[in-house]
Amino acid sequence: MLKTLRKIASVGLVSELPPGPEELLRVRRAIDERIAAVLGRALCIRHVDAGSCNGCELEIHSLGNPYYNLEGCNIRFVASPRHADLLLVTGPVVKNMEAALKRVYAATPDPKLVVALGDCGCTGGMLGECPASLGRVSNVIPVDVAVPGCPPSPVLILQGILTAIQSPG
Amino acid sequence: MPLKRWWDRAHKIVGASSVRGVGVDAAQWLQVASDVADSGGLLHALWVSREPAGDAAVYGAYLTDAGVLVAELALPSGGGSVYYPGLEDLFPAASRLQRAAFDLSGVRSSDPDLRPWLNHAAPYEFVRVDGEGVHEIGVGPVHAGTIEPGHFRFSVVGEKVLRLEEHLGYVHKGLEQRFTQLPILQAHRLAARVSGDSAVAFSWAYCQALEGMSGGVLPPRAAWLRAVCLELERLANHLGDLGALGNDAGFAFGLAQFSRLKEDLLRAVSAAFGRRYLFDIVVPGGVAVDVSTEAARALAEVVRTVCAEIIELRGIYDEHEGVRDRFTGAGCLAPELAARLGVLGLAGRASGQARDARVDLPCAPYTELAVAKIVHQGGDVAARVAVRFEEAQESGRLLRRLLAALPGGEHAATVDAPPADAFGVGLIEGWRGPVLVALQAGPEGSIRRCHPHDPSWQNWPALEYAIVGNIVPDFPLINKSFNLTYSGVDL
Repeated sequence: MLKTLRKIASVGLVSELPPGPEELLRVRRAIDERIAAVLGRALCIRHVDAGSCNGCELEIHSLGNPYYNLEGCNIRFVASPRHADLLLVTGPVVKNMEAALKRVYAATPDPKLVVALGDCGCTGGMLGECPASLGRVSNVIPVDVAVPGCPPSPVLILQGILTAIQSPG
Repeated sequence: MPLKRWWDRAHKIVGASSVRGVGVDAAQWLQVASDVADSGGLLHALWVSREPAGDAAVYGAYLTDAGVLVAELALPSGGGSVYYPGLEDLFPAASRLQRAAFDLSGVRSSDPDLRPWLNHAAPYEFVRVDGEGVHEIGVGPVHAGTIEPGHFRFSVVGEKVLRLEEHLGYVHKGLEQRFTQLPILQAHRLAARVSGDSAVAFSWAYCQALEGMSGGVLPPRAAWLRAVCLELERLANHLGDLGALGNDAGFAFGLAQFSRLKEDLLRAVSAAFGRRYLFDIVVPGGVAVDVSTEAARALAEVVRTVCAEIIELRGIYDEHEGVRDRFTGAGCLAPELAARLGVLGLAGRASGQARDARVDLPCAPYTELAVAKIVHQGGDVAARVAVRFEEAQESGRLLRRLLAALPGGEHAATVDAPPADAFGVGLIEGWRGPVLVALQAGPEGSIRRCHPHDPSWQNWPALEYAIVGNIVPDFPLINKSFNLTYSGVDL
């Protein structure tokens, strides 16, 4: 126990403060203000992997580390689409996930936002459209913001979320 | 030595060190499998190639003490449908491989389990468990956390799991077909995306097969830089898992600390290689970017710091009674069962299966590195955690050694497209276990067939056994301790 406490104390707070990347700070502050203004509570995100290679998931996980400290800017991932304001969808939408994705979308209460993440979500990526894959996310459900990258960095993902919550409607 | 007889008459296959191929008839197909099983070897990969005319061939790649033995059984169609003898009685992992191969090629094995695997068009029949108080819990394909999709069907009494049946294939995206549409000199990019967390392992295995077929020589500096990337991938994934495992045991401190260390490492990787995750760094002939002496030194310094902190955190995990209580005895896979199921990679090494391709079938530069094989006998979550802790340290040692003595010269050489029908096999020990890529060239720089194999094919069925008798709430922890890929096996 003593070792644990000593480690916590010696590491201190690493969440990005100066001299962290300027961009991250700006995005964090903007997200914070926007969420407070629109929702007055945390923004709830439900992630759906519709056919990803699992690369984008690695960077979504990074968002939760102490540097990006996602929960510190009023965003949290939830276990059910029924609790979500925003769907974060990765991968091209493959045939075997089409029904599941549509059901998740239908289960998410209105008004809802959808962010398609990664090159696959934006364009279908290296797979494109084929008998097993329907391609980009917007071929299957309406998408508000598409964030390119393979995988997109955590800062880009945060910016995509910010863009989505700033979009009208 | 019956297996030796096959090995001696087999021809050399290019790519990884010590791969041989042998053409067999249907009776010999079973005899090879049985000789491999008798000698303590295992079935690694199984795939079917089918020509448009209908003629087909089934391939079985075995891991043996001498190397990788690839048996090829030609299946001339003669206008009708073709069958081959299934290997599921000798190697349980064969069952899903054969069912997947049928879904992809239409070529059936003699396995009586005819349920589709990757093809989800028809409803799937789960095995029912009957008895007083037995009920089912279905989970997925969309899970509660940020993980890949798949379905788990638990049959439980109270909280205790009587049986788990996995149904995967949800992220099947036609990878093998897509390979055949890409130029052979560019498809390493698709190989990197078979399972994104193993980008280096898959793209290296692909390039290893390709370079063998083209007859190119990998510059020493390129080989060393690839090993740097592979060990960075191993270290980053182990850091992520060690944090997530602490979290699943109710120790959020672990997630905070290990995810911080992983981010430190990713930023150092980004400074050295220009990307946080090492996609598209392994290219035919070498690596995409060179690393300056200063960048190598800075990266080695971060690795040193991270590894020192891992030792400190291991002390904290070991002394934490709550964590120890959750890890010890959970999800136990006994060594005998692991051997029977052919469990591979880190999960295998945590259950006494002492295989590591970096040691057993090393390619350059592992031939010079004397990698320490980390083996534990416990087979529980604690053993899989211990293997990760020790492998992370070993990767740290290898990285410091590699980065301190990078050979001079070019970081990439030119590679020409191999001649049509050239065939090669790549084998690389990724962080999860041995990754295999079988590659056959088509005419004019095209791909006739490419089959990528992840060790999760072997290890997913093992998870079904490891969970039996445990309670449902321990499943996330036990599942995480294996951390298998969905994308890599859904193809």
